[in-house]
Amino acid sequence: MVEQFLTQASSYAAQIDGVILWIAVITGVWSLLCFAVFFYLMFKFKAKEGVKAQYITGNKPEEKKWVSIPHGLVLLCDVFIIFVAVQAWYHVKQDMPEVDHEIRIVVQQWAWTFDHPGADGKLDTADDVRTVDEMHVEVGKTYKYHLESRDVMHDFSVPVWRLKQDAIPGRVITGWFKPTEAGEFNIQCAEMCGIGHGIMVANVVVEDGAAHAAWNQQNSGLAALDAE
Amino acid sequence: MAETIISGGHPAEKHDHGHDHGHHEQSFWEKYVFSVDHKVIAMQYMFTGMAMGIIGAFMAYVFRMQLAFPGTHVPGFGVVSPGEYNALVTNHGTIMIFWVAMPVLIAAFGNFLIPLMIGCDDMVFPRLNRLSYQIFLLSAVVILLSLYVQGGGFGGAWTAYPPLSAVAEYNNTPLGSTLWVVAVALEFAAFLMGGINFITTAMNSRAPGMKAFDIPIVVWFIVIASILFLASVGPLIAGAIMLLFDQNLGTGFFNPTAGGDPVLWQHLFWFFGHPEVYVVLLPAMGIVADIITVFSRKKLFAYRTVIYTAIGTGVLSFFVWAHHQFISGIDPRMANIFTVTTVLISIPIAEMCFLYIATLFGGSIRFTTPMLWALAFIGEFIIGGVTGIFLGASGSDIYFHDTYFVLAHFHYTFFPIAVIATFAGITHWFPKMFGRMMNETLGKVHFWGTVITFNCIFLPLFVLGTAGQHRRIYNYNHFPELAEPWMQDLRVFATISLVVMLAFQVVFLFNFAWSFFNGPKAGKNPWRASTLEWTTESPPPHGNWPEGLPTCYRGPYEYSHPDRDEDFWPQNEPPAEPTPA
Repeated sequence: MVEQFLTQASSYAAQIDGVILWIAVITGVWSLLCFAVFFYLMFKFKAKEGVKAQYITGNKPEEKKWVSIPHGLVLLCDVFIIFVAVQAWYHVKQDMPEVDHEIRIVVQQWAWTFDHPGADGKLDTADDVRTVDEMHVEVGKTYKYHLESRDVMHDFSVPVWRLKQDAIPGRVITGWFKPTEAGEFNIQCAEMCGIGHGIMVANVVVEDGAAHAAWNQQNSGLAALDAE
Repeated sequence: MAETIISGGHPAEKHDHGHDHGHHEQSFWEKYVFSVDHKVIAMQYMFTGMAMGIIGAFMAYVFRMQLAFPGTHVPGFGVVSPGEYNALVTNHGTIMIFWVAMPVLIAAFGNFLIPLMIGCDDMVFPRLNRLSYQIFLLSAVVILLSLYVQGGGFGGAWTAYPPLSAVAEYNNTPLGSTLWVVAVALEFAAFLMGGINFITTAMNSRAPGMKAFDIPIVVWFIVIASILFLASVGPLIAGAIMLLFDQNLGTGFFNPTAGGDPVLWQHLFWFFGHPEVYVVLLPAMGIVADIITVFSRKKLFAYRTVIYTAIGTGVLSFFVWAHHQFISGIDPRMANIFTVTTVLISIPIAEMCFLYIATLFGGSIRFTTPMLWALAFIGEFIIGGVTGIFLGASGSDIYFHDTYFVLAHFHYTFFPIAVIATFAGITHWFPKMFGRMMNETLGKVHFWGTVITFNCIFLPLFVLGTAGQHRRIYNYNHFPELAEPWMQDLRVFATISLVVMLAFQVVFLFNFAWSFFNGPKAGKNPWRASTLEWTTESPPPHGNWPEGLPTCYRGPYEYSHPDRDEDFWPQNEPPAEPTPA
């Protein structure tokens, strides 16, 4: 469903879309069934002259089964949905795969600062690259991010990656992503953060190894300049 | 009136009080402004809620116009600045939930229906009831004033997450955010008093013979909702005071630089916030239950199970709050637990919907205006319910969180609750409230005009949410991925639908005013319903049953009983002699 609107540009995008699709199919079938029965009953039992309604308490087992059997099936569907949802969640948010690079994302009203690790793949070294409102990552590499906020709650959201994570002042939140498609995509703030929330957009540039190395080369040491 | 406390439930004594009420001449001020009569207080709540509803709807009109035609002059408002946009969405949400849904669904219907449906002359604590409304009115004045102070109204979303809501340098609305918190806290205090009154009245003042399972569902549900409210609001009142201190006294409960924790607020807020959904849902479900039984001439299918599902939903609703916080930085392992509880809440709620649909089976359904609203409630609420699963399941919430999908989902629950069920209730009990029938044709025009346009507003928003449109952004042109022409077309479509829907509300207001003066006389029981409120005059006089309070002999939904020629059996009608088995 989502992939019709937005490309799946991270390693876990397809899995999250899969969860969404499963839920859409299950709830779609149930809703259609529900509406079919609902409308059928409405038309079938429309008031007719001289026909009295039936007296049904709904307490006899043969009456109750009309509700309790679908009800049991709903429970089964629920268990399945929980299973696929938790599986995706575990993979995206709890698990931490082998990491190739680290990156620091610092959010404030109303700008994004990205500390790139540079060629050595490590943060807080001389070849770090610091940029504002533009993040550069290499396609096919796994990144661990450190997300910080300087003032209020923000949210680091990259829709094409299906990634979203709040930034909380006073905490460093870690997580990971692995871009799988080169290109330029939006990073959006998804948590109300004041009057500038509506302009808080940044870009992520996903490039192949050669282009990324050239970019590193060109900008290396930018962080050292303003590192106090 | 204080004697009622002692006499509650004793018929012989109550008869005398009933006569007392009749003798006492009341001045205009006593009767309509400082009244302690539950029916007058119900009307005060209802009209205040409707007025606030018009204000909340106007806000929706302004920010939807800004979204459809960004930067242009909105007729009746002007150009919308980002700060004003934030204040409008924030206060639209706050007002619609706390000053429209709660006063109308719980306070107005609770006040009007509980004493009439359980057969007593008034609330147990009439003066507390009056104080509850007065504090509520004060809170409404405060929230409206907060929009006009220096710096403008609070714009940090109705969830008011700190540090944004706590620190004036961040939100730029030092007075607006303080008044917002004060208004919300006052409103909670008002509803605590109302809730205590509802629970006590329903427990102590029932007509003789009315056992727990003879109480109409709507009374049951308002009482369960009041209990949920009482049990969940404490942490948030504490949180609101802490936030007030953070804003004005320099404390740091939610300020990380002073050792506080901003996520604490989220827990306090949502520990209240999620049960709150059921606090307004249950009265709406109750109204619908009563209406579908009356107009399908059927007993409610598995009456006791319906009550148990409500209790189950209520209990479970205390264990789901963190599904609002999956991606807020809480320990990711917590999300698994809350996914299980959240998805499982579909069990009692689905059961309840199934039982309502099953009630239609074998009925003799009359599509009157209240019945249309009640049926529409069930249909729209099913959509609202199933779309909630996408958000309660942690894996898909990573994507959908804070998108328009969330917004469309909760409008598919709150709109049926606060608008559809409210119109169902008003059109159903209007004859009892004012003694006259509403016009059916106008009622149906209003119904179709509202329900069709409602779907035209929010179905496109589901699509936009699925395409990744985030919430609370005043102009999507700044976001290249969200500025596609087809997306803008959908926004314009939703906005036009909203304007059309608002125009249809004029039909209702006209119908209301016209029927109030000119509608045909309703008589005691125009719908041939069997619950107790239909056994007294319309409108009921002060004291409700001047000739003596009713006695209850049977359950509330004895429609189309095979032993009777009549297709309803009033709760107060003594059984024929000899008593049937």
